[in-house]
Amino acid sequence: MIEPWQYQVVAALLFMIGVLGVLIRRNVIVMAMCIELMLNAANLSLVAFSRVWGNHDGQIFVFMVIVVAAVEVAVGLAIILRLVANRDSVNIEDTSLLKW
Amino acid sequence: MTEQVIFYICSFIVLLAAAGVVLNVRNTVYSALSLVVAMLALAVLFILLHAEFIGVLQILVYAGAIVVLFLFVIMLLNLRGGDMGAESQPILKIVGTLLIVGAGAKLVTLFTGARGAWPEVGREFGTVREVGKILYTDYLLAFEIAGIFLLAGLVGAVVMGKQRID
Repeated sequence: MIEPWQYQVVAALLFMIGVLGVLIRRNVIVMAMCIELMLNAANLSLVAFSRVWGNHDGQIFVFMVIVVAAVEVAVGLAIILRLVANRDSVNIEDTSLLKW
Repeated sequence: MTEQVIFYICSFIVLLAAAGVVLNVRNTVYSALSLVVAMLALAVLFILLHAEFIGVLQILVYAGAIVVLFLFVIMLLNLRGGDMGAESQPILKIVGTLLIVGAGAKLVTLFTGARGAWPEVGREFGTVREVGKILYTDYLLAFEIAGIFLLAGLVGAVVMGKQRID
């Protein structure tokens, strides 16, 4: 039988892979994908806890996270599109106007 | 027994595909396709947890809409292998990896062997009917706000994506 903590371990590892991607990759699109990975890790954790508690509240949270992720990707990719059109590069280091 | 086999196989696929998203430096399209694989395997894990509605939503929204949007943008930008841009400094990569391995090991040891058991749930648990009942009663306000939020996102994406902002 699978224990609840095993799902949490998978979610933790998935989250860490997402953080790693944001830290070591400089491609804007891949960084956006890694943010999706982190959101999904949180979703897996919420669904597992929803099952442990035996009620549906966790699944409602996941529903809201999916809504926010969809909006975030739509607006984020539009911003990336404008960014790449202006800078002619997908490297995040080329967009450093507001960086100290 | 079958449940265990499915769990281990799907977890392995999720983590492998997620690593593929991060480690693939040759072509962004491959990263996006890796992301689809991770989302589909994750949907199997959701269904294994009796969250059928969320599992189907995961396939519809993530694999069906979000990753397709990523692919559209990648192909619209016409990125070739050489245009990927310089990656971060090797020293930063090593420091970042060590940091993440340390934090990940801490998290995993924190969770390993934690107590907790699955309660018995009815056959209806996680179906559209049960989730919908709660969504349209207890969480009605949040649901309405999510609808307005989607509309705002739609308008925002169109405005941001316009060629010229007047």
